[in-house]
Amino acid sequence: MNRIFRMLPIFVALFLFSAVAPVSTGWAAQQKNLILATTTSTQDSGLLDVLIPIFEKQTGYFVKTISVGSGQAMKMGEKGEADVLLVHSPDAEKKFVADGFGVDRKLVMHNDFIVLGPANDPAKIRGAKTAADALKTVAKANALWLSRGDNSGTHAKEKGLFKAAGINPEGQKWFQQTGLGMGETLNVAAEKKGYLLADRGTYLALNKKAHLGLEIMVQGEPKLLNIYHVIAVNPAKWPKVNNVGAKAFADFMVSKKTQEIISTFGKKEFGSPLFFPDAGRKPESLGL
Amino acid sequence: MDVILEGFTKAFQLLASLDREVLGIALLSLKVSGLATLFSLVIGLSVGTLVALTSFPGKKILVSVVNTGMGLPPVVVGLFVSIMLWRNGPLGYLELLYTPTAIIIAQTVIATPIVMGVTIGAMQNLPATLRLQILALGATRVQMVWMLIKEARLPLMAGVMAGFGGVISEVGASIMVGGNVRGYTRVLTTATVMETGRGNFDMAIALSVILLLFCFAVNYILTYIQQRERPR
Repeated sequence: MNRIFRMLPIFVALFLFSAVAPVSTGWAAQQKNLILATTTSTQDSGLLDVLIPIFEKQTGYFVKTISVGSGQAMKMGEKGEADVLLVHSPDAEKKFVADGFGVDRKLVMHNDFIVLGPANDPAKIRGAKTAADALKTVAKANALWLSRGDNSGTHAKEKGLFKAAGINPEGQKWFQQTGLGMGETLNVAAEKKGYLLADRGTYLALNKKAHLGLEIMVQGEPKLLNIYHVIAVNPAKWPKVNNVGAKAFADFMVSKKTQEIISTFGKKEFGSPLFFPDAGRKPESLGL
Repeated sequence: MDVILEGFTKAFQLLASLDREVLGIALLSLKVSGLATLFSLVIGLSVGTLVALTSFPGKKILVSVVNTGMGLPPVVVGLFVSIMLWRNGPLGYLELLYTPTAIIIAQTVIATPIVMGVTIGAMQNLPATLRLQILALGATRVQMVWMLIKEARLPLMAGVMAGFGGVISEVGASIMVGGNVRGYTRVLTTATVMETGRGNFDMAIALSVILLLFCFAVNYILTYIQQRERPR
């Protein structure tokens, strides 16, 4: 016991040293910062873990990826608190650009949304022709539906689908909002055996590891496309944003090499790619 | 149950192989929370001692405010610190948002009332005659305060442990002001939340185990200092 006692000053010194160290690295890493506000799906699927290091190596920027819902990401852009956005909420994005908050909106990639439900399908929606039909059936059966409820791109899409089905789910007993990201909401749905709308990328990535017990009920409708754009925050509105860096990131996302990486990402692990590159294409060509 | 076992196995694998990313995350947690605790100790102990040893109008209100602050919700602190540090906010020119320094600031705000509140309580708990006795024996004011702090060592260290435990296990403020940026502001708690969202439950459990080990190690050291001499 005495020996430990004598080593005590060393412990304390180490502790103090390790405590002081981050301040210095904090300052050193600040010269070329780029704040990327993005959706949870790009981070939860692991795509950004592959792309960001390549971008940082190529350009020397230090990217701070803030992974939130598309709605919150655009709010950050509106306040000039982010430099560049990678989001998937087309209608809100158009408004964002029209209101002068964003510039240089570029199509990057897509995957699709799917309606998932527990394997035993208590509301019998499997094989419904459209997502709207499926939602009507869920509502009629009072089967549990889990919504992210966080103004994310997925939430915006879900609101649109409910509207198309002529249902107002707010306040209904069978309709629950998690207020969480895609991955966490999938976990909740798996536990509570509920239906939900999810993007295929996050579902595939998560299902492989966590065996959710959720199955695809409805898929393949053009309406269910999930389209990602990169948008630079308008430097005319917010002079403090790093527009040069934002442009560099946007160019990087639509570059041939990056698009190739996107087209193969996840292929090996999940059997099919999680995202499909679309740079240079018109959104109309996707069937919208 | 399998997933918990797998998590433990993974934790030991990660620790044994000194996985660089996990090691970096763990060290950053220790650094950030350690420094925040240190700052809160300096502020909390000095202000707390001052408040405890003097009397002034409004003291009861101040002590009540400090005691309320002991239960300050980390997300509330995170929100306010974020707003202050926004690029276009009052302290935006410092460019501190989404840096480890920002997390240190937020955690210091969380831990300081804990240390201060415990300090006030501990100092006021000492016999009132002790001060007079120390002064009567010819001690200077500084010596008197130092002796009182030594006398109140046990509860004070408990306050430090509570402060450190509070901030290293806190996730709301860290994710809001730090942003969970990989290799930069990702700490054990925010990494655990993210890995859970990704369905990497074994990794999430591994990180939790490492967090608990850290807490234990630090508290062991602090307890050791606390119990160095037997209290009379």
